[in-house]
Amino acid sequence: MTDKVTLTIDGQNVTVDKGMSILDAAKQIDVRIPTLCHHEDLCVAGNCRICVVEQKGKNTLTPSCATPAEPGMEIETSTPKVRKARKDIMALLVSEHNTQCTTCYRSTNCELQDLAAEYNIDNDIYISVVKPDLNIDKSSWSIEKDDSKCIRCQRCVRTCAELQHVNALAVTERGKDMRVSTFMHLPMNEIVCTNCGQCITHCPTGALTERRYYDKIWDAIDDPDKHVVINTAPSVRVALGEMLGYEVGTRVTGKMVTALKKMGFDSVLDTDFSADLTIIEEANELLVRLKKAFVTKEEVALPMITSCSPGWVKFIEHMYPEHLAHLSTCKSPQQMFGALTKTYYAEKKGIDPSKIVSVAGMPCAAKKYEANRPEMRDSGFMDVDAGLTTREIGHMIKQAGIDFLELEDSNFDSIMGESTGAGVIFGATGGVMEAALRTAYFVITGRPVPFNDLNITPVRGLEGIKEATIKFEDCLPEYSFLEGVEAKFGIAHGLINARQIMDQIVEGKSPFVFIEIMACPGGCIGGGGQPIPTNDEIRKKRIAAIYEEDMNKPIRMSHENPEIVAIYEDYLEKPLGEKSHHLLHTKYRKRKRY
Amino acid sequence: MAEVKELVKKLSKKYGKTRENLIPVLQGIVDEENCLSKAAMREVAQEMDISAAEVYGTASFFSFLNTKEDGKYKIRVCKSITCDMKGKQELIKVMEDMLKVKLGETTQGKRFSLLETNCIGLCDKGPAMLINDEFFTELTPEKVREILGDYIRNKY
Ligand code: SF4
Ligand code: SF4
Ligand code: SF4
Ligand code: FES
Ligand code: FES
Repeated sequence: MTDKVTLTIDGQNVTVDKGMSILDAAKQIDVRIPTLCHHEDLCVAGNCRICVVEQKGKNTLTPSCATPAEPGMEIETSTPKVRKARKDIMALLVSEHNTQCTTCYRSTNCELQDLAAEYNIDNDIYISVVKPDLNIDKSSWSIEKDDSKCIRCQRCVRTCAELQHVNALAVTERGKDMRVSTFMHLPMNEIVCTNCGQCITHCPTGALTERRYYDKIWDAIDDPDKHVVINTAPSVRVALGEMLGYEVGTRVTGKMVTALKKMGFDSVLDTDFSADLTIIEEANELLVRLKKAFVTKEEVALPMITSCSPGWVKFIEHMYPEHLAHLSTCKSPQQMFGALTKTYYAEKKGIDPSKIVSVAGMPCAAKKYEANRPEMRDSGFMDVDAGLTTREIGHMIKQAGIDFLELEDSNFDSIMGESTGAGVIFGATGGVMEAALRTAYFVITGRPVPFNDLNITPVRGLEGIKEATIKFEDCLPEYSFLEGVEAKFGIAHGLINARQIMDQIVEGKSPFVFIEIMACPGGCIGGGGQPIPTNDEIRKKRIAAIYEEDMNKPIRMSHENPEIVAIYEDYLEKPLGEKSHHLLHTKYRKRKRY
Repeated sequence: MAEVKELVKKLSKKYGKTRENLIPVLQGIVDEENCLSKAAMREVAQEMDISAAEVYGTASFFSFLNTKEDGKYKIRVCKSITCDMKGKQELIKVMEDMLKVKLGETTQGKRFSLLETNCIGLCDKGPAMLINDEFFTELTPEKVREILGDYIRNKY
């Protein structure tokens, strides 16, 4: 039992694993210690000092997040000395802070505001030293950076380094001039930033936020000339409730649809439809590549890697520009949806596509940027006019005065509102892979994938890199070249794990034929546009909700979605056909790493 | 550009390519090039396989790793507390008048830059300043006039 330590916190004994911080030990007995620079996902920084506690026998205060629990420690978390120190720290932070809560996007969801309210800072302890000359950086389509609200906790810097391995942000200058900034203070749209938005969800304040477009959407809704269509991604429905009074992990699909209709969207559709479509196109693309590799022995890039996460796509464009051939040419579900909204949907509904405003409700910050990529205009218009985050949708529902808890459920509109369980699980890491395998296995063998209830469990869960092996037996004649092949499939989420996968590919050592990569830890359910906070506990609950939704769907394989069958019959003709090629596939570009 | 690339390669070979050798490499560039250009920092990032932001973060922490092109002669007046209390402010005024620039600026023709620095370890003989590598201590306005006058007249 040497790997346990016992200490007392506020007079209570607590026994914890050796190496655990005083902060976490306190959490175990429900003693709350305030924090700012600490985040469960990140390494310890210990720079804000708000978490100080008093340790018996020591003159100075101890930062509880950065100090491991030791046997026999006697810790007090709320002595006059501790309270005074915390209040002083808060007052200093506030004296440097451009406190504008009434106009701040993070108001009521801000860790600094919460603590300031708790400690009730007198304005006049320290004179305000807010720097007036800090401009808000709105250069990026996705990220807004306002240094005047930054408390320099460096959570964003650690996020971008430890979770994403992009290192777009760094601490620059020193002393009173210290900032969290970019290379040479370049604007966010000129650096290696992937727009993943993880820095936003890890920022305790309003210093990093997504660019907001909801005013534009309200204008479109209010314009009688415009037909406003929204499609919502799978992970929005399992997280939106968090902003509107529900427990983490509650599915609010039906209420969300009702709310969006009430707000005045002309049509509320399901991104899962185009997720199903992505699966058909992507599975077929994979089979074509395999055929080239096995049968006609052509030069072809394998493993193939998914391309539905725009943060990941920009990452590989910057970091591995020589390896873009590995990316599937499929557009993301959002962009497929957009291209079809202004073509297929417009045609079927008899609406002039120039009058359609297509909106995407996404868990994502990078989707905003993706919508604005110049090549995403295959319908002849901007395929997607605006991307909204889950957070923005939550705000809009509140702005509309809708009592969300009291809403009845309703169903997505048609057409392009029908989806399967396979489309739903796109929202969780491993989900695209699972959905693709459900369909690919069926196409190859004519039988469902041999897992209990179609649940391909090895690809699920929060492990950074996962793999699954599937053996193809009794293949249909057309795929006899895969007979007996044991294929390995890889899944990575969080760009730091993507890097490992890519380094393997660069060295020619990748064991996989097909890989799913999501930029955000946990996949879209942990996306940069999701409600704040996000941590592993929350990710797990959202993931559980996604699989629950999948199990509740009558159809759970993409190729069985009746609207998918219909769109190929009526419009696209066949997977990877000419229309698909034009509307559903895309190209990538090399970008600079430095 | 090609020259910077060569220089960075040479320096990283000399000191090593790992992260902990970043500072000597940057210092080597400043010695050769007088400042760290954007291009040079990007080269270093590439050579050491770290991000450009990280290189800039490190460079901007140290006043001796300047990222702006400064004058040939860099006058660095200590701004830390001892020198400050012993009257560095007055010295700066004198030099501002003589050079016709404000603190932080560079003269036309890029001959002199008037800068501040943190403590340079000469506190017992403050106020102190550096002109490039040469240090001057126990300064008074008269002494400064003499030293700088000599530079202006005799050093190009
Ligand atoms: S960041 Fe927080 S404390 Fe600052 S203005 Fe916004 S809500 Fe208020
Ligand atoms: S931008 Fe946010 S996360 Fe980054 S240092 Fe500032 S307050 Fe912290
Ligand atoms: S959006 Fe992502 S890549 Fe860009 S700075 Fe933030 S964490 Fe880094
Ligand atoms: S939370 Fe412990 S030092 Fe910031
Ligand atoms: S205070 Fe000026 S040299 Fe130390």
